[in-house]
Amino acid sequence: MNYGTLIVGNGPAAHRLAGQLRHHGHQGAITVLGAEPRPAYNRALLTSVLACTLSADDLVLPRLPENVQVRLGITATRIDRVRRAVYTDDGTVYRYDQLVLATGARPNAPAITGLTSSDGGFSEGVRAIRTVSDCEDIPDGRTIVLGGGVLGVETALALRHRGQDVVLVHPGPYAMDDLLDESSGRLLLVHLENVGVKVFPGARAAEYAPGKLALDDGHVLDADTLLLCTGIRPNIELARAAGLAVRTGVLIDDHLRTSDPHIYAIGDCSEHRGAKPGHIAPAWEQAEQLARLLTGHNARYVGTRLVVRLRTSSIDVASFGSPGENTDRLATESVTLSDPARGRYARLILRDQRIVHAVLVGLPRAIASISQLVSRSLPVPSSRLALLLGTSADHWSNAELPDDAVICVCNNVTKKALTCAWRDGARELTNLVRTTRATTGCGSCQRAVERIYRSLSSTTETSGAT
Amino acid sequence: MSDSRMVVTHCPYCALQCGTALRRENGRVTVRPTDFPVNHGGLCQKGWTAPALLDTPDRLLDPLVRGRNGELVPVDWDTALDTVAGRLHHIRTEDGPDALGVFGGGGLTNEKAYLLGKFARLALGTSQIDYNGRFCMSSAAAAGAAALGVDRGLPFPVTDLGQADVIMLAGANPAETMPPLMRHLDRAELIVIDPRRTRTAERAVLHLQPAPGTDLALALGLLHIAVVDGWCDNDYIHRRTRGFDAAWRRAMTWWPERVEQVTGVPVIAQREAVRMLGAAQRPYVLTGRGAEQHSKGVDTVAGFINLALALGLPGRPHRGYGCLTGQGNGQGGREHGQKADQLPGYRLITDPDARAHVAQVWGVLPGVLPGAGRSAYELLDALGTATGPRALLVFGSNPAVSAPHAGNVTNRLAALDLLVVADFVPSETARMAHVVLPVTQWAEEEGTMTNLEGRVLRRRRLLTPPPRVRSDLEVLRELATRLGEPAHRYPTAPRDVFEELRRASCGGKADYSGISYERLDAGEVLHWPCPASNQPHPGTPRLFLDRFAHPDGRARFAEVDHREPAETPDADFPLYATTGRVLAQYQSGAQTRRVAELNAVEPEPFVEMHPDTAERAGLRDGAMARVSSARQSTVARVRIVQTMRVDTVFLPFHFPGAGRANLVTNPALDPLSRMPEFKVCAVRIEPYGDPP
Repeated sequence: MNYGTLIVGNGPAAHRLAGQLRHHGHQGAITVLGAEPRPAYNRALLTSVLACTLSADDLVLPRLPENVQVRLGITATRIDRVRRAVYTDDGTVYRYDQLVLATGARPNAPAITGLTSSDGGFSEGVRAIRTVSDCEDIPDGRTIVLGGGVLGVETALALRHRGQDVVLVHPGPYAMDDLLDESSGRLLLVHLENVGVKVFPGARAAEYAPGKLALDDGHVLDADTLLLCTGIRPNIELARAAGLAVRTGVLIDDHLRTSDPHIYAIGDCSEHRGAKPGHIAPAWEQAEQLARLLTGHNARYVGTRLVVRLRTSSIDVASFGSPGENTDRLATESVTLSDPARGRYARLILRDQRIVHAVLVGLPRAIASISQLVSRSLPVPSSRLALLLGTSADHWSNAELPDDAVICVCNNVTKKALTCAWRDGARELTNLVRTTRATTGCGSCQRAVERIYRSLSSTTETSGAT
Repeated sequence: MSDSRMVVTHCPYCALQCGTALRRENGRVTVRPTDFPVNHGGLCQKGWTAPALLDTPDRLLDPLVRGRNGELVPVDWDTALDTVAGRLHHIRTEDGPDALGVFGGGGLTNEKAYLLGKFARLALGTSQIDYNGRFCMSSAAAAGAAALGVDRGLPFPVTDLGQADVIMLAGANPAETMPPLMRHLDRAELIVIDPRRTRTAERAVLHLQPAPGTDLALALGLLHIAVVDGWCDNDYIHRRTRGFDAAWRRAMTWWPERVEQVTGVPVIAQREAVRMLGAAQRPYVLTGRGAEQHSKGVDTVAGFINLALALGLPGRPHRGYGCLTGQGNGQGGREHGQKADQLPGYRLITDPDARAHVAQVWGVLPGVLPGAGRSAYELLDALGTATGPRALLVFGSNPAVSAPHAGNVTNRLAALDLLVVADFVPSETARMAHVVLPVTQWAEEEGTMTNLEGRVLRRRRLLTPPPRVRSDLEVLRELATRLGEPAHRYPTAPRDVFEELRRASCGGKADYSGISYERLDAGEVLHWPCPASNQPHPGTPRLFLDRFAHPDGRARFAEVDHREPAETPDADFPLYATTGRVLAQYQSGAQTRRVAELNAVEPEPFVEMHPDTAERAGLRDGAMARVSSARQSTVARVRIVQTMRVDTVFLPFHFPGAGRANLVTNPALDPLSRMPEFKVCAVRIEPYGDPP
């Protein structure tokens, strides 16, 4: 038992695990095998490289502690579960006490004529958005983004941000149709068109040839670049060949364990209770929980509440929890706010005061509050409207102040105290200030005190005349 | 001749040290604010009512020793001092010098703080000295020193803030804690970061309301936006700093949408905050206890300093970073050696050169000086245990109310063989003591204080103290000589102590050697460092303009990452509790609760909560609630506040007994500063007692 922990893969999940293992006091060796030649980087921000707001180098994740061995450009080829060894493409063999698979996922290429070339790679002008090199040096000219899920929409908006001519092709009735309902989907569609993304909803790509993309509805589009945002497939080959239980991903239990008690899996390659891969929050949460487990702490991974928040500065879109008939059936209450002329929409599905599903567009403050309520499973405030509008329920009216209203907070001077001081003879503003000490703290009540002084002066004069 | 006298001095309370003129006429003392630049003729209610402290009815007037019947009874000074010295000597003989502990305060004058540190190291020979400033300034001090090379709360005069156009206040509520400061903030647009909508937040253009304990994630996110949205001053980063790259790698993983989910601060508000700072001509970033009193307080402050450095703020005219010091001498109190790891002049007790210098000034060999001791909470937590001190001397502090996990601290204090408290009122800690020594208060003594801008000020004496009351300096000399020290090592005249302090601080980071009572009394404006030189040194109102105080002159970015608070809400304790202050009370309330006019405003503990939070717990406005954490419970009156987060309740910490907010607070400590996590713990609330 002195080979330590071997991590296959060097993406964000693997990086987080390696760092947190040391943080939680892991004593043994930690070795990371990365297939890509570059150090671990933050895949979640790839669209910022597309938008040219960050460079590829900017995405490199923090350096791991000195005593973590990171081997780059090495691909694991086989697992020997009996010897507890991993074989690699450069001939080296790595023994392990525990093995963590963090092999990630790869783009899912749809079956489109002409998409791939004879050598099995993509045809000229085609790329997926998965690695940082995919995002560098996108040629000028028109780019077609295929697939209007979260990544597709973010990609289209990022490219528009830097002035690219962008077309979005999506088979559903509107973008992100697995997460948004029709009203919110329509608002997103309007926004995409407003910023200059041409959208072809309800269309599939039929055939590609360099420079051209034909859709199944008959359109033929110019395409200098075709970007595939058509989902991902977990990399499970290594696990399957080793005889581990797999479905879409490598199956794991609440202890992140595969069917071999010495082998764990986290991130996009894994499948926990049927959850879909492709999100960084669950990947990091799994890494954190596994780091705790492997250092002897009590920990469990029970899933991550899905919070989808579009990463773009041009529109606020969020979806919480999963929509669907099941969700609606369990609901005890629903709240809808629709203001399409101003691009605002919210729909909350509640059960026992808690949000089981929500979709919001154009309501940035509500998104922030609901994001917290959902991630921590908290009850929603009783004023649903205040929550959606991002205000607190009540507001002071600035009408006639009551006598016990504190005018000068610093010196606790009420309106009544000022009135009394006036009656007792403080008939000049300076006297009023000296007697009550109002305005002598932070000074912010200066105007209010002057106003009361004026009002006292005028009422007294009036009453004096009677 | 009429009984009339006037002195120009400073308010006894907070770190602003507002200028005041005290006048005694026919036995009555009145106060007027002066045109001192910090307060511009302003004063808050605490300052206006401060003279009431001078004739507080339960003023300590005689030394007290606990008799056989368990009561504190008046004795003469010799009896009290002989008792203390005898028992200290006895315990030291049995268990060595580290069985004796000292607990100081951030309200003590520079002279007292200095002499207290010397007394502990030489007369007692103990390493076990720390002070309540550990609970205030230690996180900002550690982060500031690491980043900028020296820690001075505001490295520029307060009046510079009056020219600012944008100021970010991270976890600071000056509108309630130091109102006259707001006079300098009325021109600027304020960005306030606070889980509560405080009076300061109400005056903000932008209020960011993060969940308690998530300020660091927010700071990282703001740096992220500064980089992505192009607000960084790359030329400044290149020429004047180090470590940006590593800091960015951490901030890179805190993109705004992720920060929103963790903090609850909307992405647009994050962006707007950075835009306001980035586009401003005269921007400032200031931190307060809200950012600092966490088990990651140092990293949180470092996160905000990183932001300030990325925007090119520190060390340039009309912009900057600073922290708002809390206690009256919170600045000077952290420079002269009452901190466990420190010697005068802001020197480290572990630094051989520092030890040699101070030992030479004190006329001893460096080997005589003990090493670093326990930090404040660790010291209190060790009292009366097998390895901890058996005796504790407390000067200018009330840890039974102000320390975290106060129930435990009270138990530890009760387990001591000897507790000695020097104070001028019978504080909650004094009531537990074996011996109480009545000492002078502000208007009865001379000395110096160093305010939040590093300016050294003269505190002046208006009144003769009551006949049997002595100064802290006299107490220290009397005890030291009884323990075998030569009397000349413990001057009792503040001016003589200051002269020694000048020599001891000479060459240190906080160098006072060029400052004298004569210069201060002549009206000179002197901010440290002010080294002795042939031509009188003008002092240093603005630090870092040419270089930061690191050997290479560059500021340091810190590689910090967010982590959760030590305690997060769960099924048993589903709410966050955060603590803080109110305008009419000060710190543990030992002084302000004795001022009728102040106590009338805020007479009792209360707990603020959102109406939904109250309703779910079956509580109404004005009802009594029990607030419980994994440690203990406190009892407070419910105050419904619409603007509270539904997941958070707020408790002020000024009140004694069963209403102590610190009964519930978490003593989880910052690994570097040893600051306790006052600002966040997990609690539950429920009705207390019979429904009204």
